[in-house]
Amino acid sequence: MLDNLKILYHQGKQFIPDVRTAKVPGIFRGRPIINSHKVNVTELVDLCPMNAISSNPVSIDLGKCTFCGECALRFPEKIKFTTDYKISTNERERLIVKEGDDFAIEVNPVTVRKEIRKIFGKSLKLRQVSAGGDNSCEWELNAANNVQFDMSRFGIEFVASPRHADGIAITGPITQNMAKALEIAYNATPDPKVIVLIGTDAISGGIFADSPALDRSFLENHRVDLYIPGNPAHPLTIINGLLDLTRKKK
Amino acid sequence: MNYISIKNNQTIPVADIPVLDYQQFSETNISLLSKHADRHCVNYFGYIQGNSIKLVSCIADDTSHEIYISSCLVDSSKKLESMSSRLLCFEKFEREIHENFGVVFENHPWMKPVRYPYNRADKSSVMDNYPFYSIDSEELHEVGVGPIHAGIIEPGHFRFICNGEQILHLEIQLGYQHRGLENLFLQKKKLLQRVTLAESIAGDTVAGHTTAFCYLWESLSGFDPKPEIDFYRTLALELERIAIHTGDLSAICTDIAYQLGSSVFGRLRTPIINFIQEWGGNRLSKGLIRPGKTQFPFTKELGDRLNEILNDYEPDFNEMCKELFKLPSALSRLERTGTVSYDDVLNIGAVGMSARMSGLLRDIRTTHPYALYPQLNHKPILKHHGDVYSRAQIRREEIWQSMAYIRQLLKDIPESKANYEMPIKLKPNAFSISLVEGWRGEICHCAITDADGDLAVYKVKDPSFHNWLALALAVRNNEISDFPICNKSFNLSYCGHDL
Repeated sequence: MLDNLKILYHQGKQFIPDVRTAKVPGIFRGRPIINSHKVNVTELVDLCPMNAISSNPVSIDLGKCTFCGECALRFPEKIKFTTDYKISTNERERLIVKEGDDFAIEVNPVTVRKEIRKIFGKSLKLRQVSAGGDNSCEWELNAANNVQFDMSRFGIEFVASPRHADGIAITGPITQNMAKALEIAYNATPDPKVIVLIGTDAISGGIFADSPALDRSFLENHRVDLYIPGNPAHPLTIINGLLDLTRKKK
Repeated sequence: MNYISIKNNQTIPVADIPVLDYQQFSETNISLLSKHADRHCVNYFGYIQGNSIKLVSCIADDTSHEIYISSCLVDSSKKLESMSSRLLCFEKFEREIHENFGVVFENHPWMKPVRYPYNRADKSSVMDNYPFYSIDSEELHEVGVGPIHAGIIEPGHFRFICNGEQILHLEIQLGYQHRGLENLFLQKKKLLQRVTLAESIAGDTVAGHTTAFCYLWESLSGFDPKPEIDFYRTLALELERIAIHTGDLSAICTDIAYQLGSSVFGRLRTPIINFIQEWGGNRLSKGLIRPGKTQFPFTKELGDRLNEILNDYEPDFNEMCKELFKLPSALSRLERTGTVSYDDVLNIGAVGMSARMSGLLRDIRTTHPYALYPQLNHKPILKHHGDVYSRAQIRREEIWQSMAYIRQLLKDIPESKANYEMPIKLKPNAFSISLVEGWRGEICHCAITDADGDLAVYKVKDPSFHNWLALALAVRNNEISDFPICNKSFNLSYCGHDL
């Protein structure tokens, strides 16, 4: 018993007091900033392994980006990744960062379905479905529930059964072999329900986007309520995204 | 000679691999493995060559540190005598070759689908009609679990046949995660795309798989390893081992409902992966390892920081381990649960932790060394009971070992930075193999180039490929309520298997 108390005491305070303002250590690659510096744009566009960079104006699609940082290493005067991890939004277009943009990526409160904030504002239970996910976003989702990030303090939790859930959180590019199980899980979730895409693979298919082994028709048939980019998405990105979606900014 | 001997990360012309007829090929490989516990098949795969299928077998010899490569050309319409009927370790490989190309292996004990790849030979074989083994009895019942599981994990289907609470048989159906990864290696032409693919093979083994890819690529380019690059990779591999092993100990505690261990190990993983982020900008090492490059500088300051983090980590880790490994209620759940015997792990060709737990030495860091492991003089940790407790012990001791290695590495941080442009074209008509000991076990990547020096075949083998069968054997005669703890103690990869 005393040993247990000693262990508890030695851990100190682990939880992050404010997940909205916490700083991430080191050189985290979050929201990029593209300035107006002139560079060889063709070379820049061609460099990106994900075809996430477009020209006229130069822009990066965070729904396709794997945050490998190669562009910032090769063109440091043009592109910089900030440590801003709050990059989740409910509108796909908002994930495209254009030259000169330096403002937060946020959920657009006008286009959030009304029932979401009314019903899920204080409690949101999600059923996670990995559909070809490489287990990196899955690790980070688990981390969002650990004693440090402690997402459940906001009433946001992952549950075992879709019947107990308020929505589906999808990781992975959605493989053919998993498409049916995903649809079944979604249909088993009672209305109203949300769909959250977590990670680059889920949002755009990522590096697998043009693989014939995928079946992304689920996303054509259902409306997505939140995009949480990252490769994998950082726990702080996940928590802030879900908070932004379900409740008003304080 | 019926085979050619090469070293880990060596490139040879494809023409140097002896092409045998199937009879000779199977006799050669069976005789290489029979009564040799120090040899195992690291890869056996097929690819289309003209109108035939070329089969390539790679047998690693842990004593001579060599890999014996042999090949044969077969006609997919011909029936072949299966090697698995004599040596079980070939069973999964033969199933894969059958599934991909329709080659029929006669007398195979368990010819079942592997992963339902999109380009499989028999399109009428679909996920929904997997031929599960069943026993007709009024005494028994079946339990199906998955593909979606209770927690936040990857999908796979487990079908148990139980007698009351006791598991008689478990069959694991995988393939839900199949993303067509091996073919994408050929379709994506940019090196950066290919390395991104390597990072996505298994997101929990980014350092392991990317290191295997990079050594393979460098070997095929004729690029000599540089000590500063080796330093980066060794460090990343050992950090990954500490991080995941710590997380696994947490998960094991979760599954025996030991809240304190679950929380403490869970939170101890964070400083390690946060350090990986401080160094390379990503908590799971994505973007960190690149061919011919030390992508993010590892400075003296980062070295000091890492020492500091390990010094903080160690007492808390030890204190928690001391408590867990003497707690009777925890030990009673871990000891003698989910055992696999030495003979079984040897027969099925288990690798990594899943072999070392039962006293079988499989550790590429010692047997086919690469990076800085020769100078670290690695001694594998062996346990002998093959139970959950052995697997937990291996994790604890490997964490101690990795910390010692990292501290030793940090005494001599290389000043120089490497940034070599890799050629776009590789050596033409070449074969290469790369073995890396990831935290789960042996990772094997093989590649063959065409006449233009582009990739023609890329073959990935995650340790989970063999080890899923070890899990299925481990749960036999256990209570079904012990399945989660057995599963967690192996922590195998779904996506690494399904590709």
